[in-house]
Amino acid sequence: MTMTKKKTIFTAAVLAVLLAVCIVVDMLLPSYHIAVVVIKKATVYSLVAVSMNLLNGFTGLFSLGQAGFMLLGAYAYAVLTIPVDKRAGVYQYFNGGALKFSVPEIFAGFLGDRVGTTVGMLLALLVGGILAALMAYLIGLPVLRLKSDYLAIATLGFAEILRAFFQWNALGPITNGSNLLKSYPAFSHATPYVVLAGLMIAVILLLINSTYGRAFKAIRDDEVAAEAMGINLAHHKRMAFIISSFFAGIGGGMLAMYMGAIAAAPFKSALTYEILLIVVIGGIGSITGSILASFLYIFFSEWLLRGLDAGKFLGINAPAIFKNGFRMVVLSVIIMVIVLFFRKGIMGDKELPDLLDRRPKQRKKEAAGK
Amino acid sequence: MQQILPYIINGISVGGQYALIAIGYTLVYGILRLINFAHGDVFMVAGLVMVYATTAMPFYVALPLVLIATVILGFTIERLAYKPLRTAPRMSVMISAIGVSYLIQNLAFYITGGVPQPVTRPIPWISENVTILGASTKRVTLITPILTILLVIALVYLINHTKIGMAMRAAAKDFETAQLMGIKINAVISMTFVIGSFLAAVGSMLYFTNYPSVAITSGGMPGLKAFVAAVFGGIGSIPGAVVGAFIIGLCEEIIKGLGYTTFSDAFTFALLIVVLCVKPTGLFGEKVTDKV
Amino acid sequence: MKKLMAVLLALVMVLSLAACGGSKSDSQGAQSSGASGDKVVKIGVFEPQTGDNGAGGKQEILGMQYANYIQPTVEIGGETYQVQLEIVDNRTTPENGKSAAAELVNRNVSMVLGSYGSGVSMAGGEVFSEAGIPALGTSCTNPQVTAGCDVYFRLAFLDPFQGTVLANYAYKELGVDTAYVLGMLGSDYDQGLVYYFTEAFEGLGGTVVKEDFPEGSANFVSYINNAKSANAGVIFAPVSINYAQLIVEAAAAQGYEGALLGSDTWDSNKVIESATGKNVTSFVTTFYQEGGNAEFDAGIKEWINANADAKTNNGGNDMIAAVTAIGYDAYFTALEALKIAGSTDPKAVLEALPSVSFEGVTGLIEFDDIGDAKRDAAYIKTANTEAGTWDFVKVQTVG
Repeated sequence: MTMTKKKTIFTAAVLAVLLAVCIVVDMLLPSYHIAVVVIKKATVYSLVAVSMNLLNGFTGLFSLGQAGFMLLGAYAYAVLTIPVDKRAGVYQYFNGGALKFSVPEIFAGFLGDRVGTTVGMLLALLVGGILAALMAYLIGLPVLRLKSDYLAIATLGFAEILRAFFQWNALGPITNGSNLLKSYPAFSHATPYVVLAGLMIAVILLLINSTYGRAFKAIRDDEVAAEAMGINLAHHKRMAFIISSFFAGIGGGMLAMYMGAIAAAPFKSALTYEILLIVVIGGIGSITGSILASFLYIFFSEWLLRGLDAGKFLGINAPAIFKNGFRMVVLSVIIMVIVLFFRKGIMGDKELPDLLDRRPKQRKKEAAGK
Repeated sequence: MQQILPYIINGISVGGQYALIAIGYTLVYGILRLINFAHGDVFMVAGLVMVYATTAMPFYVALPLVLIATVILGFTIERLAYKPLRTAPRMSVMISAIGVSYLIQNLAFYITGGVPQPVTRPIPWISENVTILGASTKRVTLITPILTILLVIALVYLINHTKIGMAMRAAAKDFETAQLMGIKINAVISMTFVIGSFLAAVGSMLYFTNYPSVAITSGGMPGLKAFVAAVFGGIGSIPGAVVGAFIIGLCEEIIKGLGYTTFSDAFTFALLIVVLCVKPTGLFGEKVTDKV
Repeated sequence: MKKLMAVLLALVMVLSLAACGGSKSDSQGAQSSGASGDKVVKIGVFEPQTGDNGAGGKQEILGMQYANYIQPTVEIGGETYQVQLEIVDNRTTPENGKSAAAELVNRNVSMVLGSYGSGVSMAGGEVFSEAGIPALGTSCTNPQVTAGCDVYFRLAFLDPFQGTVLANYAYKELGVDTAYVLGMLGSDYDQGLVYYFTEAFEGLGGTVVKEDFPEGSANFVSYINNAKSANAGVIFAPVSINYAQLIVEAAAAQGYEGALLGSDTWDSNKVIESATGKNVTSFVTTFYQEGGNAEFDAGIKEWINANADAKTNNGGNDMIAAVTAIGYDAYFTALEALKIAGSTDPKAVLEALPSVSFEGVTGLIEFDDIGDAKRDAAYIKTANTEAGTWDFVKVQTVG
């Protein structure tokens, strides 16, 4: 009892400190400072990584369609929120596009500028999530019957097909074809990202600790046994797929917000791989791990290791070695080391409060006793 | 006829290139049940090695060197990235494959400076233009399918009539029993990677004779499509992979000819999903059931 | 094992913090040393060095580096400043553009030059606009780069202009009434030019057959055959250098008899290399024709030949691409703006930019209200497949 209490206090304290740090960073630094940029990107990646972990780590469904669902969310957000007077410029080749409204502006009309715009933006994110979930439902009908690697390759294929559709000129009045969508509103500070992604991840956590979550884990551990215990496999797999896609969609919308201008091109399988590797670094089956790994990965790749590309790193000047691309080589070597030798990743399947457990051996014994 | 002919010739040629890559996927999958995501990148590296080797040395040295280097690469990948995970869950091995693919691409990016490397000295004779039935094309287009079929015949002979071939078939049938029967399983697995990489290298040399430059991402799409071909033909089956590759190559070019160029890539994946849902075992694949 | 992980984790954290602190003190160090010695003004270079546009971006940087080499100082408010180029790779794509732009802002640059490619410029523009740092687009040609951003200026001509010029040339000069246009799916540059070319060509009374190819395509044979079966007299393919090479090769292999039309991206020695010795006709529009300014040509050739790295970045020879000339002019435009501003403060430079007026190697440089250079003519060049050079054809204006 005291242990649980301790854990709760510990978790709350860590989260509060992190949030405070984020607010302080926002107050001290301008929004274009690299620290703020990095926090924003890492937060978005955290959400997407957690959503992928829900599917791959907690349910054991190896899906590689994340980029496709993010694409849906990103486009939904951008399409719905571009201000009406900027549409002519953005949809320059499509007569200003088919939609002649902007959700944040509608809400700004009767809720006031600040509140209305924010509500509209959040609503657009939500629409993106719902669209992704709907698409997941449709895709899931045929695909979820497939086994591990077939499922992976089928979902990968769906993401690629989706990308071709979004670039199709016939859909141009909505998607702007191959051209950038931009000028949509975005949060300029890091704190809204952190709060938003934090809330989403909290929802995912609640889900994981519910009966659904336990069923997901049972499916992961042994499908046949789970079915024998009365878990409806098809239903639960579909739910996991839909929920994961929903959050991937919202993550995609936030990624659009972070990037400021989007096109379908970056949402390739490479993006999915990147997120998958982040999940692996953090530990498959640990939410804390996914978040931690996202932050470490983004901090290193976007900021701390930049010197590796620019000729100078930690005071060592070696332009012949530290040239373009060296940073990614170093990162991918680290990733391979983790994949091969530290298969549990940073956190294994532990969460933040578990860090207080001092005696892993005893825990193991208990587990064996069960 | 005059209208369709160029598309068909081109389709068969593309199909031949896919076939050479697809065999690598299908062999590895047959034994390890692993989608070797790095195979497309091995193909790309073979192209890069060819670019560097042919500019530095004469062809009779450079081309064997490409084959050897690629085979070594394939062998090394298996030993370093897949062998340690032999007892791990399948997902871990697949993740490792994705990791290797990521690493190879980043390494290639670093070495090439991220800029596509021009093929300055294409292999002579096969890169010359010829005209058949009024359609102009490079000679390599005609050579590719022929060479592919010859190599496949040799491979099928190897698998059906040699000792190592028998061991490979045994390992594909039942991994553990084969091991118990005294088959050196690691040697067999290495052999499949060697064969797969060798064919990918040949495919790469033919492929990049047709195109002026090798980009880091050059391996991605051909790799994925070859994989689709392998699934389409029934993964684990060599004739299946070859037939699947030719069908996909042809379909792709015909779709472009019909004017649906936007969806020429998407089509391949749509085909994959249809095949997986309707007949997951593909054209020639055997039925596999999960054991409890 | 668990403990080991915990220790490792802690180590990583500490290291990252240390590195964090380290990089901060680093940048402070750079500033203070700048203040104590010669005064330094930093100009950011926002260019792709990798990815599809890597080759073009590198050539553009060459122009800036050469300009920096012959004019390393600038007089600002009566004091001499050393000009320091801060080069950041934006990797061609908009999603990387944003953090690359933030990196430049972090390095306290007074102004930014670049980029090659419009999509990445627009993504970077959001950051520059937020930070209030003026940016001077080089060979980005989409109207939205400057129209949608108050801090962006540009030296290149625009897509509507370029597309119209080429359509006019194809219809009136080459006498072609059917054109086949090909762009990459997902590239806003390609699709923009395709749009304006189509609009202009159809406006003149021609017919256009339009197709796209997916990113990463290597086989263009079927596309060339589609053009043939459509009886197209020209193939207009405003694609990046890499694909341009593939299209030239495919057209030659398929014995395509019409002309290939390319946009400013085609003006590259890599494309000419592909065309050399083959039976293809191609025309491109560009900002600068080698021979336009003898002094500049001779100087930069000497510099490139003396510098092995520069030569590699230029594609292994000393042919001068138009983007190199644009890069050169961009650097001097920045110096002019700094002189007028009389300060290294980005805000002052931003206010000074509209009043810049000087004769660059690519012509007179002045900006209109939107921030675009006033250009009314484009050079048309053709590939000389025997000599392996671009030959000047004519100056084409819209009219």
